[in-house]
Amino acid sequence: MELRAKVPEGPIQQQWDRHRFEMKLVNPANKRKYHIIVVGSGLAGAAAAASLAELGYQVSCFCFQDSPRRAHSIAAQGGINAAKNYQNDGDSVWRLFYDTVKGGDFRAREANVYRLAQISVNIIDQCVAQGVPFAREYGGLLANRSFGGAQVSRTFYARGQTGQQLLLGAYQAMARQIGLGAVRMYPRAEMLDLVVVDGQARGIVVRDLVTGKVTSHTAHAVVLATGGYSNVYFLSTNAKGCNVTATWRAHKRGALFANPCFTQIHPTCIPAAGEHQSKLTLMSESLRNDGRIWVPKRKADARRPGDIPDAERDYYLERQYPAFGNLVPRDVASRRAKDMCDDGFGVGPGGRGVYLDFRDAIARLGQTAIAERYGNLFEMYERITGEDPSTVPMRIYPAPHYTMGGLWVDYNLMSTIAGLHVIGEANFSDHGANRLGASALMQGLADGYFILPYTIGDYLATAQFEPVDPTHPAFRQVEAEVAKRTQRLLDVNGSRSVDSFHRELGRLMWEQCGMSRTGAGLEAAIGQIQALRNRFWREVFVGGRGEDLNQSLEKAGRVADFLEFAELMCEDALHREESCGGHFREESQTPDGEAKRDDHRFSYVAAWEYKGESVAPALHKEPLTFESVHLSQRSYK
Amino acid sequence: MRLTLHVWRQAGPAERGGFARYEIPDASPDMSFLELLDVLNEQLIAAREEPIAFDHDCREGICGSCGVVINGRPHGPRKATTACQLHLRHFQDGEQIWVEPWRAKAFPVLKDLVVDRGAFDRIVQAGGFITARTGSAPEANAIPIAKRDADRAMDAAACIGCGACVAACPNASAMLFVAAKVSHLGALPQGQPERYRRVVRMVDVMDAEGFGACTNHGECMAACPKEISIDFIAQLNRDLLKATLTPPREGRAWSGAA
Repeated sequence: MELRAKVPEGPIQQQWDRHRFEMKLVNPANKRKYHIIVVGSGLAGAAAAASLAELGYQVSCFCFQDSPRRAHSIAAQGGINAAKNYQNDGDSVWRLFYDTVKGGDFRAREANVYRLAQISVNIIDQCVAQGVPFAREYGGLLANRSFGGAQVSRTFYARGQTGQQLLLGAYQAMARQIGLGAVRMYPRAEMLDLVVVDGQARGIVVRDLVTGKVTSHTAHAVVLATGGYSNVYFLSTNAKGCNVTATWRAHKRGALFANPCFTQIHPTCIPAAGEHQSKLTLMSESLRNDGRIWVPKRKADARRPGDIPDAERDYYLERQYPAFGNLVPRDVASRRAKDMCDDGFGVGPGGRGVYLDFRDAIARLGQTAIAERYGNLFEMYERITGEDPSTVPMRIYPAPHYTMGGLWVDYNLMSTIAGLHVIGEANFSDHGANRLGASALMQGLADGYFILPYTIGDYLATAQFEPVDPTHPAFRQVEAEVAKRTQRLLDVNGSRSVDSFHRELGRLMWEQCGMSRTGAGLEAAIGQIQALRNRFWREVFVGGRGEDLNQSLEKAGRVADFLEFAELMCEDALHREESCGGHFREESQTPDGEAKRDDHRFSYVAAWEYKGESVAPALHKEPLTFESVHLSQRSYK
Repeated sequence: MRLTLHVWRQAGPAERGGFARYEIPDASPDMSFLELLDVLNEQLIAAREEPIAFDHDCREGICGSCGVVINGRPHGPRKATTACQLHLRHFQDGEQIWVEPWRAKAFPVLKDLVVDRGAFDRIVQAGGFITARTGSAPEANAIPIAKRDADRAMDAAACIGCGACVAACPNASAMLFVAAKVSHLGALPQGQPERYRRVVRMVDVMDAEGFGACTNHGECMAACPKEISIDFIAQLNRDLLKATLTPPREGRAWSGAA
């Protein structure tokens, strides 16, 4: 299989404009004849569904939550980047492009990233027009802050609830289309498989989570906007329902999965409190703008943090990275925190935590200014831990947060299955091996509002379609397979809960395929995953019935897919014998412990093809070339 | 800590429900309330009983999925705290805890603690938006918005749509939810063209969905995990009055295309 990225010819600045001109248009009168399925209603999905319906297409949107407004984009706190240069501090499309390619450690496709930076400015316009209440200055203009390692202030924010406000903007735009009858919304509906007819994605099979009924839905194109797979670790900052099922099923139907080992561990999360922990909570990394990270210089120092004088504190990021200090990128901040804790300097329960201290910022700016910036985050922290960060430093520890890997897509955001488009976190395209802060919201909305609505038109205008309906044999067959698998889960009737398997898988992945990885560890993990998967299918107890609201059954299906997907993640991590971004192979590091890339061998996208159960997946490579941003080793010293 | 839970069990929308009693012998004070339900469900699964169905997702107080009435109070005893962020350190060892679903005609119970809040979505679909077709937006800084107005819009926009306001209201009114959206969009210049049409349409659908009327009890504000103020209900009433009492230039009789 040859991977054709379909990047347009010409200088990078003109590629998107030229491509928009060259793409075929669908006649306005014909648009209503095309039906598009959008799976997922987060920033990418809701933005796409609304925009496609505005254009005149028939759209159906599916989400597993009880309302499309609850998609996990809602939890993003810090902000959204855009190259508006409102602060006159030297920002530009080129700089945002450069920062994103470099921040992604040179493992993203240049043309996509440039387009993302270009479109970023339109996103802010769009959101303001929808009524997103971004923070403003007293003069009435939009406010910005510097965020997550950027040296310009290009981040737009709405208190600590930027994701919520952007999602509500997209949700409301989609709600308008639902009210007009242009979008048909299916909440509490989970996509359980993709249907491919004559090489084209022509629909999906869905389980109604209230009645348990399994039904088929046909379309001319399918868009997956189903988010990332951080929940493979069980404990992550993702919502409990986030899962890999839609993308994994599409993978098993022929879509290549790219760079699955590229995961992002976020440095500022609240540490786990005990065995009962069901998820981890992120504290926005905007806190690193004013908070200082430190550990005691003495191992296992039992003193209260306030009793430790400055001379006995190690502000280790400021010490190791004088230029960037506490604002080093996420992967670097996470690894250094882990090192400190591995070396015995950690604080809090089990020594798995470092301090994030606001003492100096409060002394400099005053309690009010800090409360204005971070008030809701401080409250959130206090609710969870019972401690007030304005008097006691926060304790933070890294946690899985975002997954850069995803289904492989070309420049048109189409996967290797014709008609199957993948947008937002679910695709692999723009963040390389590490995502910069405030870039996920940007990518989700760029894909949904401004890229897919054009590129999908080109596909629809050029493809040939045979008529299909849900009685088509291909749909009948996939439906039967879905029903059989569901019954199989119920029939195991063992003795262990689904969660207990998920926890075990999560621990395994965190240990062997988390913040730092080794060849030997990954090889062992692959065997352990296979064994765990076998035990799952022998010992799991689901309970209840299929024709009912059955949350245990929902979880079982998702965990069964994670148990297959985890193996591919480890295979990918094993084959990539270099360190880059969030993927740190202990065998490949510089003498001072920084990630060492191997551009000679690994400057490519690893796209994996499913070959069948118990058969090794096939690796396909999309070479990455860097013509606009010079390849260099990242340095934040 | 040892806790006794009395949890509402109901097999389906048409079935009769009732409280079931469960003992949790060893809960940790650092657990969240939903983690307590997780632990209870693990106990039930170990005994091969059907676990309790409850809505939840982000578990960080922002998605609005979770929501149960705990000891008679939506989201439990803590101010400005969703059930997922409520921790057991706020309960006493040996306490009896009663857990019920939201109770409102417009939120039918689907199973156990899960209710159907689709009515909220339908209210938003009726008018809870600003019409801004993708691609048609002017430059973002073209219209300055006073910080005071932007802040007020954000105060209202913080609503997570969980439905605690409805569950807390003796009339099961959705006024706080609707008022928050009307006030958020009405506080911004972008929201002005549809301002009066919006309030009329949203209130019409709210009534049609079977929510009760507001009689100023203020229970909604006390229960709201995001502390949305009932000042916004006053704002809604002002807008509604204007929309319906003035000549039909914009209000109920307005019938332009959406």
